[in-house]
This record gives sequence, C-alpha cells and structure tokens, in this order.
Amino acid sequence: MKVTIKYFGMIAETVGKSGEVLDLGPGVSVQKLKDQQTKKYQIADPEAVQIAVNQDLNTNSELKEGDEVAFLPPFAGG
Amino acid sequence: MRYDRQITLDEVGVSGQEKLRNSSVLIVGVGGLGCPAAQYLVGAGVGKIGLMDHDKVSISNLHRQVLYNESDIGKSKALVAHEKLQQLNSEIEIVAIEEALSTENAEKLFSQYDLILDGTDNFETKYLINDACILADKPWVYASIYKNEGQLSVFNYQDGPSYRCLFPKITRQNVSCEATGVLGVVPGIFGMFQAMEALKIILGVGNVLLGKLKLSNLLTGSEQILKLQKREEEIEKIKREGIIPVKIECKINDASKLYLDIREIFEQPRVTSEKVIQIPMSVLDERLWEIPKEEEVFVFCQSGKRSKKVVELLKAEFGYENLKNVEGGIETIISNS
Repeated sequence: MKVTIKYFGMIAETVGKSGEVLDLGPGVSVQKLKDQQTKKYQIADPEAVQIAVNQDLNTNSELKEGDEVAFLPPFAGG
Repeated sequence: MRYDRQITLDEVGVSGQEKLRNSSVLIVGVGGLGCPAAQYLVGAGVGKIGLMDHDKVSISNLHRQVLYNESDIGKSKALVAHEKLQQLNSEIEIVAIEEALSTENAEKLFSQYDLILDGTDNFETKYLINDACILADKPWVYASIYKNEGQLSVFNYQDGPSYRCLFPKITRQNVSCEATGVLGVVPGIFGMFQAMEALKIILGVGNVLLGKLKLSNLLTGSEQILKLQKREEEIEKIKREGIIPVKIECKINDASKLYLDIREIFEQPRVTSEKVIQIPMSVLDERLWEIPKEEEVFVFCQSGKRSKKVVELLKAEFGYENLKNVEGGIETIISNS
C-alpha cells in the first residue's frame, strides 16, 4: 500500500526533503505512521505536529492506498 | 474620487464602500505581516484601524517592514505607522496603541473592533488573541511564517474552528523570523492575504478561509488548502475558564553554567532558571551590581549581537573580565524538547 507523505515547515528541514512515497503494510493507522516517522527522523515535539490525510485534518482512521498524508508543525513567525 | 477603482467592482459598489467605512479592524503587531495589511486596509477605506505594537523600529526590520524608514529607527512602531498611514488616508480614524497585548487588556480592546488581524510572531500572543476573540466573540485573521512558508486562516468566524482547534497541543518550539531568517516578501504577501480575508469578511463577499488552512510555500510554489477540524471542547473550555495564558519556557541545555539574559522582558522565549540572571539592557546601568565578577558568566540576547556589545562594554568600562558572549543568541543554548 503506497502513501505519499508531505512535510511542512521545520519538519521538512529535519527530514531533509519535502515529501516521500512510502510502501506500507495493510492496516496502518494514521497515528502509527506518525509515530513511525517522528521516531525515524527524530522530529521535535511530535505531540504538537498535526496530521492531515487527503487535505483533511480530521483524521483517525486507517490509511488506504494512494492517501496523501501531511505532517504539519505549528510555527509562529511574522 | 478616492475609492472609484474599487467601487466599480460588483463586489464593492457604493454599499460596500459604506460597509468599509463603518467597519473597524485591530491589527495586533505592526511588523512584517501587520505593515502591509495595514497599508492596504487604510487604502481601502476601513473606517477605523487600531495599530497595536509595543516594539520600536530597528534596522533589521526594514527589509520586510517597508512602511518604515531609516529615520524611524528607535521610534515606536505604532506611532510611526499611525503618522504615515494617516497621510495615506486622512478620512479614516487610526488609533495607535503602544502596548503589548495582555490577558488584562485583550478582551476589552477586542470588543471595540469588528475583527482582529494577527500580525504577531509568537505562540503566546496567538493563543492570547484566540482566547480573547472567543470571549469577545470576534473573528480573527491568522497568519504565520516559517522561512518561505506560510499558514493562513480565519478563526472564530461564523461558528467555525479556533486556533486551539488547529493546534490544541502547545508547542515548545518558538522560533521567530528574527531567529530563522526570512525574505521580506514572504510576510509581505501573507499580510496582504490577511487584508484580503478581512475585506471579504467586511464586504460579505467571496469565499472566506473559514474552517480551512491555506499552506503556501513561496519558494517552491506549492500550495494546499487543508480542512480544519472543529474541536468544541477547546472552545467551550475558553468560554468556561476565560483566557488560558500560554507561557512557553525553555530549558537551558547546560545548566552548570551561569547566564546573563540582557533581553527586554517581552522578548520570547523566556528562560526561567536560577542559573539565569535577567537584566534587560535598558536597565543594565542600574543593576550592574547583580552581575558577579568572580565566576564565568555567559551573556546572551536574541541573536548574539547586543550581548557581544554588552560584553565588550562591561569589560572596557567596568572591568568585567569574566563575561563570555553566546554566539547565535538564545536559540543556541536552549533545548526545544
């Protein structure tokens, strides 16, 4: 099952790219993917990071083939 | 006629111009976002505009806050912006507010305006704007910048989500444009996006970014609009308990050292530790006696520039041989997690 991940803000810098395509096993939840990626790349302050699936921040279901997952950090510059 | 070119539009017309004249907007923070937003809202004829900023113009502001001139350095942003913008449009009321937004003044101040435009650069004030807008029942136009990226939304409007719905968990990572660097154009564009949202709300036209978050990377050209989730419990909590102050405090990485923080008290993030002596540069003269001479003290400010000067000055004039400057400022000595 392939999903496309997009990284925003300082997460993109930590990860070193703005996105990637991952081949996941079936039945992976949004939370599990988040945990896996934040651990893999040592993303700071993971609890504050919001996840959108297919441009929707209201997510808590399992991922499916072709989903686009956004990792969104808060930032406050101006 | 001054407004001919916009009255011609179907979306404005004479009645729309009247709506603008009868409307009021409070701009909190007249910096990278607030300056361009203010200029265009003043130009458009918004009847009353509040300009709130406790900061002074500095030379490192000028690349993005192009409302100000070199001759304004050291002057109050609110006062300078007031004077310049009144020259752009003498027919509207402009109010300069040289105060920091606080839990004490926010709700009362917001109740005097129709909508709030967020020109701030830190999480504490964004959460404060959010809470006060919920209590005063006012919509607010939000924007934030990280380098070439920006976020934009309208909160607390027509029963829509709030900022706490987007970021319920308060981050400990507080980095400003001053610390990370930014091209002036980026907040410039987002400030104008904010002005456009404000005009749409006032005129009641178009599609307001309600319940949506616009993400835009101006370097790559990529753009997304995310659907927000409304979290009733976050909004109800504020209605029930009032403003919940957010204070992001950071820990010093190496607490075995002794530090001197010469930043002014409004500069974020704050560090509280018994290993940090806090003496703002503005009152350093009167409180020199608090700085020990017999042990090594690491002096820091926001970027490392002011602290460098202070180290040199205290050594040359007061014989402090024990002071070391922290290169890179606060960000280099705090832990983000």
